[in-house]
Amino acid sequence: MLAKRIIPCLDVRDGKVVKGINFVGIKEVGDPVERAMFYNEMGADEIVFLDITATHEGRGTMADVVRRTAENVFVPLTVGGGIRSTDDFRTLLRAGADKVSVNSAAIKNPELISDAASSFGSQCVVVAIDAKRAAAQNGDEAPRYHIFVHGGRIDTGKDAVKWAIEAERRGAGEILLTSMDTDGTKNGFDIDMLNAICSVVNIPVIASGGGGHIGDFTEVFQKTDADAALAASIFHYGELSVGDVKKALAETGVPVRIV
Amino acid sequence: MIAIIDYGAGNLFSVKNALDFLGFESVISSEKGQLAEAEKLILPGVGAFPDAMGKLESAGLIDTIINMSEKKPLLGICLGMQILFEWGYEFEKTRGLGLIAGKVERINAPGLKIPHMGWSDVRRAAECPLAAGVSEGDRLYFVHSYKAVTDMENISLYTEYGDLIPGLVFKGNVFGCQFHPEKSGGIGLRILKNFGELT
Repeated sequence: MLAKRIIPCLDVRDGKVVKGINFVGIKEVGDPVERAMFYNEMGADEIVFLDITATHEGRGTMADVVRRTAENVFVPLTVGGGIRSTDDFRTLLRAGADKVSVNSAAIKNPELISDAASSFGSQCVVVAIDAKRAAAQNGDEAPRYHIFVHGGRIDTGKDAVKWAIEAERRGAGEILLTSMDTDGTKNGFDIDMLNAICSVVNIPVIASGGGGHIGDFTEVFQKTDADAALAASIFHYGELSVGDVKKALAETGVPVRIV
Repeated sequence: MIAIIDYGAGNLFSVKNALDFLGFESVISSEKGQLAEAEKLILPGVGAFPDAMGKLESAGLIDTIINMSEKKPLLGICLGMQILFEWGYEFEKTRGLGLIAGKVERINAPGLKIPHMGWSDVRRAAECPLAAGVSEGDRLYFVHSYKAVTDMENISLYTEYGDLIPGLVFKGNVFGCQFHPEKSGGIGLRILKNFGELT
């Protein structure tokens, strides 16, 4: 039986782990390779690097971070942020990434999903969806969710549920679903949004946005079919450890990998 | 020296990284001479069965691998494990290396997601030196849509995912891991270490 996965996410800029502070400033908080090794020891089932580097030069740095991490960490490694082409996939996979996640570029050019899946296999293509509940319109039977791009700043008006279905059809191997409504709140994952997406796809879904307390993790696995839960700040600042979350999950009967 | 066979299929560097980390000397190569000098061989692989066999054939390595496997330990990983068997049924019926009796067919797991991807708990079956230190219930990282069908006497570790999924198989000198030992944390490294230490 498969374990539910707990995935710490590291935001990386110019080769350094950074964290936004209340959306005002960005603080550098360390070496991504060391953090990844630490999370690995704590029992992380996978590590996600989100590259928020804005410059072209900084992008080469990311491949180097991946290379050094892959020399020291022997669990799956996913890299996302600013992926535009199958060449970007190739560079990161060669550096040692196991999966690459695409977001904005795939919305602009859905062929990127199909091309990457046929070149490298669906297992390494993750489609990241940032979504937000849209205002209800007359005749809506279920809530609608819009996809946002560019770090959640721009509403594309596109329907997240339809996009998830298309992503799977095009060969995505996994969906990383971030709710812009719950992200940063620490009030729990977006159960409704996750159920809306999990019910229409047959590929794994990673829940992201809102995990702040141990109970949020047990809730997401009890109330949705999500396969994994991802969080950044709470692990980063040591508010929760990956090990504690997994222990609590095991106690409530959720299958997890205990190391 | 362990040679990681390079035939254009799969992530060779992850396996090399893991061997480096464990302190085993290794080389990535498709040179018959270099493969002949190695004490052990690793056959990686990601992709589809017919494609992998086609690439091995183009590289002229099929007979080389079969001959060497009689004298040297050989470890196939993921698709590299699947092609150790006699027949594959991915897309079309394809002849494999035939080093372990059995075939490879699609996972039959109604109601479950395919590929089988993630950390699955294993059970122990036949005794095998590579499984030393692996306990019942340990979790290993799997990513695959096809599985081996072989006699229980060839299966050392297995998991269940709709079907019985062989995880670690073996026959004499020939070993195969359906899971990725290079991505399975400490337990995976232990299995690679067991292989590296075979004499």
